[in-house]
Amino acid sequence: MNWKDEWKWLAGLAGVFLVLFYLPVGVPRFDNAVLEGLYLAKSYAREHVILCLLPAFFIAGAIGVFLSQNTVMKYLGADAKKVLAYGVASVSGTILAVCSCTILPLFAGIYRMGAGLGPAIAFLYSGPAINVLAIILTARVLGIEMGVARAVGAIAFSVVIGLVMHVIYRKEKDGQDGPKMMLGADDGMRPLWQNVLYFAAMIAVLVFANWGKPQSETGIWHLVYASKWAITALSAAGLGVMLVAWFSVPVVKVAAVAAVTAAFSLTFPHTPTVGFAVGVIGLSYLTSTQEGEMQEWFSGSWGFAKQIMPILFSGVLVAGFLLGRPGYEGIIPSVWVSSLVGGNSLFANLVASVAGAFMYFATLTEVPILQGLMGSGMGKGPALALLLAGPAVSLPNMLVIRSVIGTGKTIVYVTLVIVMATLSGYVYGTVF
Amino acid sequence: MKKKLQILGTGCAKCIKLAANVEEAAKRAGIDYEIEKVTDINQIMKFGVMMTPALAVDGKVKLVGKVLPPAELENLIKG
Repeated sequence: MNWKDEWKWLAGLAGVFLVLFYLPVGVPRFDNAVLEGLYLAKSYAREHVILCLLPAFFIAGAIGVFLSQNTVMKYLGADAKKVLAYGVASVSGTILAVCSCTILPLFAGIYRMGAGLGPAIAFLYSGPAINVLAIILTARVLGIEMGVARAVGAIAFSVVIGLVMHVIYRKEKDGQDGPKMMLGADDGMRPLWQNVLYFAAMIAVLVFANWGKPQSETGIWHLVYASKWAITALSAAGLGVMLVAWFSVPVVKVAAVAAVTAAFSLTFPHTPTVGFAVGVIGLSYLTSTQEGEMQEWFSGSWGFAKQIMPILFSGVLVAGFLLGRPGYEGIIPSVWVSSLVGGNSLFANLVASVAGAFMYFATLTEVPILQGLMGSGMGKGPALALLLAGPAVSLPNMLVIRSVIGTGKTIVYVTLVIVMATLSGYVYGTVF
Repeated sequence: MKKKLQILGTGCAKCIKLAANVEEAAKRAGIDYEIEKVTDINQIMKFGVMMTPALAVDGKVKLVGKVLPPAELENLIKG
């Protein structure tokens, strides 16, 4: 018997045994919380996966493959105009940081070899909040208003925080001690107008498929709602034409996929998700069987799906277990939540910011967690504060940031993030 | 001479994929090689790389920001 190796097994087994032994099954609060987790997971599976997440993955994949990251990086380089650099840094997260794992290297690069501390900080702050997947899921689950507030808040405050950091440390020589930036080669980028149309078609599919039912039965919004599937189908058809014209996908294949999709949509007119799902499968078939950039597009999208889906679903289960669906209670009593972060006091906003800053949210899990918190009585202002402070900093990424810019700057940065998030939450909560 | 193949990346899924592809490409090319994974962000910056994953051969950056299949990597490693 070799206890040196075996103790881990023993500890693990004993741990599982103890958890099971004392498992509070049968206690109503616990049983209910488990059910809430399952309910929330079910509602995500029904409402958000096919129409929202799947197209969002394709868009994210397309950004990674078809948009030139290098063009953006030029505006953040060492000899970039400073004013421009702040602006570009604050919005470029959408294109550069399709996934949160790429943010830190880019941040370090902009600081060391590029436009310096201010723009680097602006990028670091806004990046996680304005990557496409985050915006789409926030808007879909927490409402358009919250999605827009998150994006606008992140962009505006990133510039402010970047400038403040720059002013505080203006005497220090900015980075630029490192080697020259190495950028990848841009091979065969297509003209801008083609990219614009192509992304517009994809975004139209996403937006119109998810068009919510307006309150009134008349007017322009209702008209759009009534014909949303027609518009979605047209946009998808446009996408198909572009695939043939610009991406040299054989016309026979695209026509076949379109025909099958149309057949399913017309056979199940009352459950449009069927037709939509068939269309997505068709697109996967078209892209994955085509050599070159089409396949890159598919594997990029598939990579995001593999990376994000498991985390998101476990996040949803945990959020449901802890906080319940909106309107129901999970294991944490709603009173606790509403007494800490209910309403819109400065204190509530501060608590939300600080909690958000130190907590680690795996990619996108901030959304179900926030949904649970808001359902338990968290105010809108504190919710925004948490959304702004949350994904931008966490304990693990503070450590990496510290290794790049040092302890002092990191503390200043985190403090600024907390202060700004608190203020913007407070303002948002007061206005809306 | 032994070629030094360095994979630069903080450990995301793509970096692992690139490492596997490089290994395969090097075996195919039949060269004498050693693979090193550079995961520390400050070390990566010293190469001038900010879009991971990246590949450096004998200290020279050959590929930035994407994964290539083994067949295409073979040329980069040889050259």
